[in-house]
Amino acid sequence: MGSFKLGKMTLRSLFGKPETVLYPVQTRPMPEGLKGHVSNNIEECILCGICQKRCPTEAITVDKKAGTWSVDGFRCIQCGACVRECPKHSLTMEPTYTAPAATKTAFTMNKPQPSEEELAAKAAEREARIAAAKAAKAAREAAKEQDA
Amino acid sequence: MGKATVIPFGPQHPVLPEPLHLDLVVEDERVIEVIPQIGFIHRGLEKLVEKRDIHQFIYVAERICGICSFGHSLGYAETVEDLMGVEVPKRAQYLRVIWHELSRIHSHLLWMGLGADAFGFEALFMHCWRLRERILDIFEATTGGRVILSAVNIGGVNRDIEDSELYAIVDKLEGIRGEYHEICNAFVNDYSVASRLVGVGYLSQEEAEALCMVGPFARASNVAYDCRMLGRGGYGDLENFQPILSDEGDCYARVKVRAAEVEQSIDIIKELVSKIPHDGIGEKSKLTPADGAMASNVLEQPRGECYYFARGNGTKNLDRMRMRTPTSQNLAGMVKALEGCELADVPNIILTIDPCISCCER
Repeated sequence: MGSFKLGKMTLRSLFGKPETVLYPVQTRPMPEGLKGHVSNNIEECILCGICQKRCPTEAITVDKKAGTWSVDGFRCIQCGACVRECPKHSLTMEPTYTAPAATKTAFTMNKPQPSEEELAAKAAEREARIAAAKAAKAAREAAKEQDA
Repeated sequence: MGKATVIPFGPQHPVLPEPLHLDLVVEDERVIEVIPQIGFIHRGLEKLVEKRDIHQFIYVAERICGICSFGHSLGYAETVEDLMGVEVPKRAQYLRVIWHELSRIHSHLLWMGLGADAFGFEALFMHCWRLRERILDIFEATTGGRVILSAVNIGGVNRDIEDSELYAIVDKLEGIRGEYHEICNAFVNDYSVASRLVGVGYLSQEEAEALCMVGPFARASNVAYDCRMLGRGGYGDLENFQPILSDEGDCYARVKVRAAEVEQSIDIIKELVSKIPHDGIGEKSKLTPADGAMASNVLEQPRGECYYFARGNGTKNLDRMRMRTPTSQNLAGMVKALEGCELADVPNIILTIDPCISCCER
């Protein structure tokens, strides 16, 4: 039993580097796996809405007709349920926190609409596929008739 | 003998991190009767099982308490796994125990800091919380969260920890151990600490048993009960687990028991890391609980035994979820320990049961 048992440690911290950082002037490095905020690679996303169903706080809204995917960063609790459930793995957790803001707004992403040319190219491709299938069918039937 | 006076204590009081109200009936400087009152932060989380499905409720269970958040998600997941008969791979069980023991270290360090603050040792408080920050950094690196971890799912865990990372954690904990010894030296050998705590708030073994005390509060009164002895999950594979006991029964013994438990937790993590198997971390179960199925489970939280009960109704929501937390068990013992103490010792006695009122009320 005695006193001043913490003296060594206190003296050490007197001359050592401070444990704290001067936030927000300095920030700590974020670890790689930090659950900061959800982000969506909208190119990959098929707007299936599974993330919306699984979200425990109803922070995600998916509108398939309008082609939008939005997340309310102020409702999101960074549990990562949506990221684990996503069938296309388009959702990821980014290791930065949502920035502070004066109003609570949701962050919305629009699925890029295909251009006229892309649509035309897709339609032409479909037509070509149908024509090829029809030709193949006709050839098969002709072969059958020949056999008979 | 002077006239009896009632002094209201809390729910807002400098030593209390949690809203607990006590009516202290005092005669001169001595407390003769204590009437506790809780109910300031009831949130009705148990009722939420009707709205959130079994997988979503994990995130609600975690938010019962900010300090034992991992313990609550673990206890809830184990209960629902029992309900549906889900097998969890050994590796996932070990990882769960490792995280749970880490949260015990962080909870005890937090409590030791608050305890030091209550008896006026500011520097010790700061050093305890500085060490606790190292544990939170481990959580942040392994699960992505500091306090709310979201690491457990029903059927396994969400993230694996690489073996190399596990060994790095053990090295880090060994590094902490040295500094921790210095802090313990101040707690156990410092004259000023002993003068505030020795002989204060005594509770005998008979009283502790009669009042059904749990956790370090009971073990400081020589009640040999620790749910980890039941050997569920990773705890079953420990070579030799003995609860840490003290027969002194005062506030000082409670500090010493908790101080030794931190070291015990480091040893448990070290042992489990050395024999962790590689059979996968499990995946989210696709089952739903059967109608009328019931399961119960106990888990040793940092503050003591926590009891979980669940009943299914054939849908993806549970019919009933019930928890009995260690603090609601320990309140009776706290009232007993407070009777007859000096008014100036009241904060120390309240803190040595480590009250968590938000757990208690849910």
